[in-house]
Amino acid sequence: MKDALGAVGSVLVLGGSSDIGVAIAAKLAGPRRATVVLAGRHPQPLESSAAAVRAAGAGRVDTLPFDADDTGSHDDFLTKATKHAGGDLDVVVLAFGVLGNQSADEAGGDGAVRLARTNYVGAVSVGLAVARLLRAQGHGTLVVVSSVAGERVRRANFIYGSSKAALDGFAQGLGDSLAGSGAKVLIVRPGFVRTKMTEGLPVAPMSTTADEVARATVKALASGRQVIWVPGSLRAVFIVFRHLPRFVWRRVPA
Amino acid sequence: MPSDGDLRLVSGWGRTAATAAHLTSALTPVDLSAAIKRAGPRGVIGRGLGRSYGDAAQNAGGDVLVTTGMNRILDVDVAGSTARVEAGVSLDTLMRTVVPLGLWPVVTPGTRQVTVGGAIGCDVHGKNHHRDGSFAAHVESMVLETPARGTLTVSANQEPDVFWATAGGMGLTGLISEATIRLVPIETSSMRVDTERAVDLDTAMARMTEGDRFYRYSVAWVDCLARGRSLGRSVLEFADHARLEDLPPAGRHRKRALRFKPVASVPAPPWAPSGLLNRWSVAAFNELWYRKSPRRAVGRVVAAAAFFHPLDLVTGWPRLYGSRGFLQYQMVVPDGAADTVRRSIEALSGNGCGSFLAVLKRFGAGNLAPLSFPQSGWTLAFDLPAGASGLGPMLDRLDEMVAAAGGRVYLAKDSRLRPDLLEAMYPALPTWRVVRERLDPDRRMCSDLARRLPALLDPPTPGAAR
Repeated sequence: MKDALGAVGSVLVLGGSSDIGVAIAAKLAGPRRATVVLAGRHPQPLESSAAAVRAAGAGRVDTLPFDADDTGSHDDFLTKATKHAGGDLDVVVLAFGVLGNQSADEAGGDGAVRLARTNYVGAVSVGLAVARLLRAQGHGTLVVVSSVAGERVRRANFIYGSSKAALDGFAQGLGDSLAGSGAKVLIVRPGFVRTKMTEGLPVAPMSTTADEVARATVKALASGRQVIWVPGSLRAVFIVFRHLPRFVWRRVPA
Repeated sequence: MPSDGDLRLVSGWGRTAATAAHLTSALTPVDLSAAIKRAGPRGVIGRGLGRSYGDAAQNAGGDVLVTTGMNRILDVDVAGSTARVEAGVSLDTLMRTVVPLGLWPVVTPGTRQVTVGGAIGCDVHGKNHHRDGSFAAHVESMVLETPARGTLTVSANQEPDVFWATAGGMGLTGLISEATIRLVPIETSSMRVDTERAVDLDTAMARMTEGDRFYRYSVAWVDCLARGRSLGRSVLEFADHARLEDLPPAGRHRKRALRFKPVASVPAPPWAPSGLLNRWSVAAFNELWYRKSPRRAVGRVVAAAAFFHPLDLVTGWPRLYGSRGFLQYQMVVPDGAADTVRRSIEALSGNGCGSFLAVLKRFGAGNLAPLSFPQSGWTLAFDLPAGASGLGPMLDRLDEMVAAAGGRVYLAKDSRLRPDLLEAMYPALPTWRVVRERLDPDRRMCSDLARRLPALLDPPTPGAAR
């Protein structure tokens, strides 16, 4: 149960080895020894994430197999995750997602379709299932890790960007649908985050870290905000970007 | 299945952490047992006037049963000084009825807008705790609807363990339908109040300890923003019920002396900006308030409502704390731990979170209720806006200090206690859980408070916080 100052008793991370997901779980669960469930496809990285979350002070930390692409399994998965959480799910972090390889995916193969399936179709499936669960609980927050890449999709990474644009739109509508239910959606729009996922890519201006994203997310959970940008200044930047003419935007480099 | 009552967002008086529940109303005792039978897996909790600051009368995803419709006064025995009332009767209603008859509820908290059921469930206290104990000490008997044992009539002699588990049990043992409470005879509806200023905390504490021997009611209002040598500067109030001869000669006939017409409360003006109460406005208020108080004033006669229920003067005042709401922290530490009070006030004044006045009082001995808050020692209570920076860590540290000193925080006001400290603060919790297990083995009674502090539901398992 979330308390008056935003401290929680349990956190479920979907995409439990994502750097951002782990950082959020550690920041949320650490101070009050909350229960954490980390869910993802590969057991090995999940275990090292679990160790990190434990080191941050969390109480019980469990790992569970979860496959965003296996949409038929999501309801059963959530039932199981709730048991491991020891009761209600106070916060669910939707942190899974793949970056893809834009030029290779444009050239052929099924990479683009797989990306769209994981980042959007998988998120829609589990997002709706989580929303049903939180609605029945009468409380709880779904944190959706979106991206500024979806705010205005760029030529350089439009496959990934469009999947985040779709996810962001879905999360906004889902949040609206939950008004008055006690459940909430918090949309987190980070800029370029220096993580495993972006390793080897050229670092974009105004880049940030998983820790910064986690700090801002925890603060927003306490204050009840529904959308945050990390860093916050990106919001103003994208107000401008959104209105750039196409012929300029098209030339924005990777 | 949960009831088909309206799904509504419900919060406590502090307006933090609202959750959605199915809200229904009870008008008769039958409605209470029906609500318990109907309760789904997320259970049901009773709710009176919603004056618990935190989440005690919320039940996310489950049922919340509002009892204010059960508001009949069933019987007043003037000679025996008792009243039998339905659980949803407010102390306001009760006083308007019994004060003109020359009777006064022995225990009243800082507001009349609480129900008798809630007063028992939270085992509330007043400014006479050092002398008269808490609310449950004056409950002669009550009727309780329980999940496993049906309707029970309990008292300090009849099923005492159920009686004491329900007093202070935060509504988790069942739903109270009616109670017989003891009243105290009074000659007038006024109070004879002596006021004095104390320049610092030591003076305040020493004077309170002395004064408590001579007065039935006592309280100190502490300016939490004063620092350094003035740390803990206070205005002390000592009072007793005024006798007829304390009144001016013209007002000395019984009927007029017992008139009870509290000033209708003024709503917080709609134009007052939300968030009006911030550290600067509060600091200015505190300064003014301390300076305007007399150094020493003896025998002032004031209306009882003005003395007892300052919180009722402005309705909707929580809004003034802004959209994030506020919380109240109330703790008690044993007599020997006065230093913890000092360190708490230091933490507050150092943090500058903009606490309104804090209330300091000496408690008398506690009672047999395992979850009752009062215990012999010093209690300190203060409001804080929920949005203040650094609040969480500061209050977590206070929790630790209070627990280490053998003290506890008040569940009726709590909205953020560190869950792992509950059992240390309430060492009789296992005793309470045993009684509750008998009354409600399937956990049909449940609240957000119980979910947030899971030790209320089940013994903690080692290594897990919930």
